[in-house]
Amino acid sequence: MRTAVEIADARAEKLGHQLYAGRARAIIERASIALRSSTWVPIATGFIEPVLYLLAFGYGMGTLIGDISTSSGAVDYTIFIAPGLLATSAMNGAIYDSTWNVFFKLNESKLYQGMLATPLGPLDVALGEIIWALIRGLSYAVAFMLITAPLGLVPSWGAIFAIPAAVLIAFGFASFGMAITSYFKTYQQMGLINVALLPMFLFSGSLYPITVYPDWLEFTIKLLPTWHGIELIRDIWFGVIDFSSLSHISYFVVMIVLGLFFTTRRLRDLFMR
Amino acid sequence: MSESLISARGLTKKYGDFTAVDGIDFDVAKGESFGLLGPNGAGKSTTMRIIAATSRRTSGTISILGRDPEEHGPQVRAHLGVVPQQDNLDTELTVAENLYIYGRYFGLSKKFVKGKVDELLSFAQLEEKKDVKVEALSGGMKRRLTIARALVSEPDILMLDEPTTGLDPQARHILWDRLFRLKEDGVTLIITTHFMDEAEQLCDRLVVMDKGKIMAEGSPAELIKKYSTKEVLEVRFGSDRNKEVAPILHKMCDRIEELPDRILMYVEDGEKLLEEIVAKKLHPNTSLVRRSSLEDVFLRLTGRSLIE
Repeated sequence: MRTAVEIADARAEKLGHQLYAGRARAIIERASIALRSSTWVPIATGFIEPVLYLLAFGYGMGTLIGDISTSSGAVDYTIFIAPGLLATSAMNGAIYDSTWNVFFKLNESKLYQGMLATPLGPLDVALGEIIWALIRGLSYAVAFMLITAPLGLVPSWGAIFAIPAAVLIAFGFASFGMAITSYFKTYQQMGLINVALLPMFLFSGSLYPITVYPDWLEFTIKLLPTWHGIELIRDIWFGVIDFSSLSHISYFVVMIVLGLFFTTRRLRDLFMR
Repeated sequence: MSESLISARGLTKKYGDFTAVDGIDFDVAKGESFGLLGPNGAGKSTTMRIIAATSRRTSGTISILGRDPEEHGPQVRAHLGVVPQQDNLDTELTVAENLYIYGRYFGLSKKFVKGKVDELLSFAQLEEKKDVKVEALSGGMKRRLTIARALVSEPDILMLDEPTTGLDPQARHILWDRLFRLKEDGVTLIITTHFMDEAEQLCDRLVVMDKGKIMAEGSPAELIKKYSTKEVLEVRFGSDRNKEVAPILHKMCDRIEELPDRILMYVEDGEKLLEEIVAKKLHPNTSLVRRSSLEDVFLRLTGRSLIE
């Protein structure tokens, strides 16, 4: 049995030991204990939303639209929107835990203050919370896949790679979401996240190709993470992996790194001034 | 004094132009119960955070078990149990889960922590509440849980920032009893408080802080002896007459303090002085002879009463 001091001493030689104790899993363990007694309603609604879009737009509106032409030929409208909505599922799941829940822990329950009074470092907290958020994103994506596959909306086995891609997307959103949240002080500021997300989802090519826009707007949309996420999943869905897929992946890698960096820095500034 | 666990020299913390801690020196010995006494804003909590390796000093030196908290933050924190001023318990978890997960933050094994949880539930007298969410606990129970939580890693030093502020008298006494036990077990306690009785009860030695500086240092008895008299006579003439009689009282006693509601007279023999006052036909509305306390020391040192 090692004591708390021996555990900390063993870590002390490692690079970055002030920021990271190598125990993000303790934060994940905490979240999984908390989940047991939490209410399932918000968890379910976060998942149901994209399914409702699939029903309303795919099976409702879709019957009026018929096929839609893409770079890989004409596809049924419902099949066209399915990957976009899977990406949205992953984003929703990641955003839920990394924004409002983090805001509560930062400002109401002062939970991170308690965690950082232990040998844990800010990167343990950031990484633990972000990984937990991405697990939710991942489970939404998997559930969405399980619903769409029997409906014949998944064109090939290759589409299974949409799942690891969803992890990447969820990681990016969770990481960035937590970073932004850590700088927010009021509920009004937090409200901006919701205000920004809905249009980002609606106009980033989830429901129709962004080629319908004038050039300047198309260019602007291409800067948004929602567009990169939707495009990445759609590339995999239809098996058209190319250079642009790589650019989407790089986009999320950068987002993850930036989010982790700023979250860690902000937690350190807040609780270890 | 035996080996010192904590040693600070010229410790200073500035927030912009504001100096929260202004060049203080102190040592804490192993097994000692050390108090930081002072009004709100005196720099007590800031000093605590620097010791706890959750705040960076502006200048000066500090060593905790021979280590600089800025270089070895996680190692220093592994030695400490921290009870913050405001409870920051995990409201999403139960009492037992709070204890368990806190042990896990230190990297302790599941098996060890599970055994520890039962022991701490008993220490905090919370066995019956173990599966209750913390929101449902009373203030005193939350405080005991926070202390129990701080003990999960078997720390050498327990840091308590105003442990009983906001508790009713009964809850305070239960808490003091728990802290006595820890002291008996050899845990070094560092306590901030603005309650004199608490400092007298719990602290072997204390420093009186005001505006970031240490005004005096010693055991409660030493401080009282040095800065106050044996007894204090408190007299009240009513707020209008207090001013009127004060000059007369001044002549009867070396040191008096006029507070808004009463006059304090510092003497060796309070009863005798009271007889003299009555003999002069200055009948106070109420009078009280009591032993000097740390409150009097503070008043002497700063000219202000402690809780304003």
